[in-house]
Amino acid sequence: MNGAGLVQIYVFVLAGFVGYLVITRVPSLLHTPLMSATNAISAISLVGSLVAAGSDQNRLATILGFVAVTSATINVVGGFLITDRMLRMFKRGEKPGGKGEAGK
Amino acid sequence: MTREVLIQASYLLASVLFILGLRSLTHPDSARRGMQLAAVGMLVAVVGTLIHHQIVRYDWIIAGLVVGTVIGYPMGMWVPMTAMPQRIAISHMFGALAATLVGIAEYWTRGHGLEVGRPEMAALGFEVMFGSLTITGSFMAFGKLQGILPGVPVTFRGQNVLSLSLFAAMVALAVWLVVAPGNPAAFYAMVALGLVFGVSLVLPIGGADMPVVISLLNSYAGLASSATGFAIGNNVLIIAGALDGASGFILSIIMSRAMNRSFRNVLFGAFGAPPPMSVKTSVGLTVRSITAEDAAIQLAWARKVIVVPGYGMAVAQAQHQVRELAELVEKNGGEVVYAIHPVAGRMPGHMNVLLAEANVPYDKLKEMEEINPEFKNADVALVIGANDVVNPAARNDPGSPIHGMPILAVDQAKSIIVLKRSMRPGFAGIENELFYDAKTSMLFGDAKASLTKLVAEVKQAA
Repeated sequence: MNGAGLVQIYVFVLAGFVGYLVITRVPSLLHTPLMSATNAISAISLVGSLVAAGSDQNRLATILGFVAVTSATINVVGGFLITDRMLRMFKRGEKPGGKGEAGK
Repeated sequence: MTREVLIQASYLLASVLFILGLRSLTHPDSARRGMQLAAVGMLVAVVGTLIHHQIVRYDWIIAGLVVGTVIGYPMGMWVPMTAMPQRIAISHMFGALAATLVGIAEYWTRGHGLEVGRPEMAALGFEVMFGSLTITGSFMAFGKLQGILPGVPVTFRGQNVLSLSLFAAMVALAVWLVVAPGNPAAFYAMVALGLVFGVSLVLPIGGADMPVVISLLNSYAGLASSATGFAIGNNVLIIAGALDGASGFILSIIMSRAMNRSFRNVLFGAFGAPPPMSVKTSVGLTVRSITAEDAAIQLAWARKVIVVPGYGMAVAQAQHQVRELAELVEKNGGEVVYAIHPVAGRMPGHMNVLLAEANVPYDKLKEMEEINPEFKNADVALVIGANDVVNPAARNDPGSPIHGMPILAVDQAKSIIVLKRSMRPGFAGIENELFYDAKTSMLFGDAKASLTKLVAEVKQAA
């Protein structure tokens, strides 16, 4: 195990720890948006796919890279859009009867 | 050199924005803004990567980005909220597919493993193992939720032995590859075993266990991304994958607690859940059925109504009628809140999303711990297509398969109206003594049709 590998493990453990602290505070109200949000974020594997598709190493890597770029892009685009769509729906109720929204 | 610094800076910025985005999800008011920042982070990381010195051609990249956007946009904008569980399940498949293919391309490019060092091979092993089992596992979950595949658990003799052997063989190949990475046959056999294992993992899982499984697959997809980061030496992948992995893991623990299942049970999914059996029978018990008219009178006079939605509401797509009914009760001076059990529905937070879509304000959606003490003050508890999460057997029948599962204290309400299609037992196949309670009246029929009738009747009664 070289130094770079150890640093990666540091990064992984600390990121997991931050994730734990942040995500345990997400209310169950928002658990579905949380899932779609983390899914969109982990589609950062797009970054790896881009290198595979664009480094022109051999045909197989390029084609696999292309499919990977496509899949990851689906999750990036679709994931962030659907998360936003869901979050837009969560509205606080106004105490007085007039809701102002299309409530009727 | 400056190029490398720029790339790393973009990754660092993306990582920070991702964490801020997730932190914003602790409150619904800040959530939208935070996630938009996270999306900006993603854009920054992608643009940063495009200047990478290894990237020499852009045709396939552009093609992939265009095709992905063309497929992803409708999946984000037009998929109805009721289809959200299967939408989430299929997105785990795409994430895992990307990670697995990058892993295979990496192995192939580096001399079929001959130029792969042992630590990288370990990372690649994790990447394609988690990735391949998540691809098929998520697809199975998608198929079951979408109704392409039978939703009931598929079990057969020796299933656990078979699944465990598949798993053991896959891990053994991974270990062998770490010792001797230059072994393409073993590598592709490992991928194939992962794909088969994913199928066998989700095959025995039924609808009510889906929240746990979807959360687990969420976690696995994240870990696959993280392992990709280890394999290609990219920190932003490690970080984003670890966040996703942690999130899915925490959700599966919350879900399994809400179903009173053990931690070990979580790690291996619903691996070998015993076939549910019916212990209570309905012999000698009678059910009181009620007309929409009578139910409407109760609701029209109620001061406090607690609505308990379940999967039945989602199936009937009755969330808009529920909100309409609640508004009428409120107009009559009553108070309406919603009791949300953590595993109601088919994914974490399922009921919240549906009710939010129907314009129910989120401060009326109450978590189980918060609402349970309030049931004794409720004039009417209106149960809409929920079953196991309101079954008192979980509390007072030690022989019941769901004994110990935390439930909503619906039986403490002054009166209970249950909207239900028929007397068929719920998913777990267990009789629900709540339905035979003297305070309970049953309103049979499709939830949407019953609610529409109720709305009309309450309008008249008021």
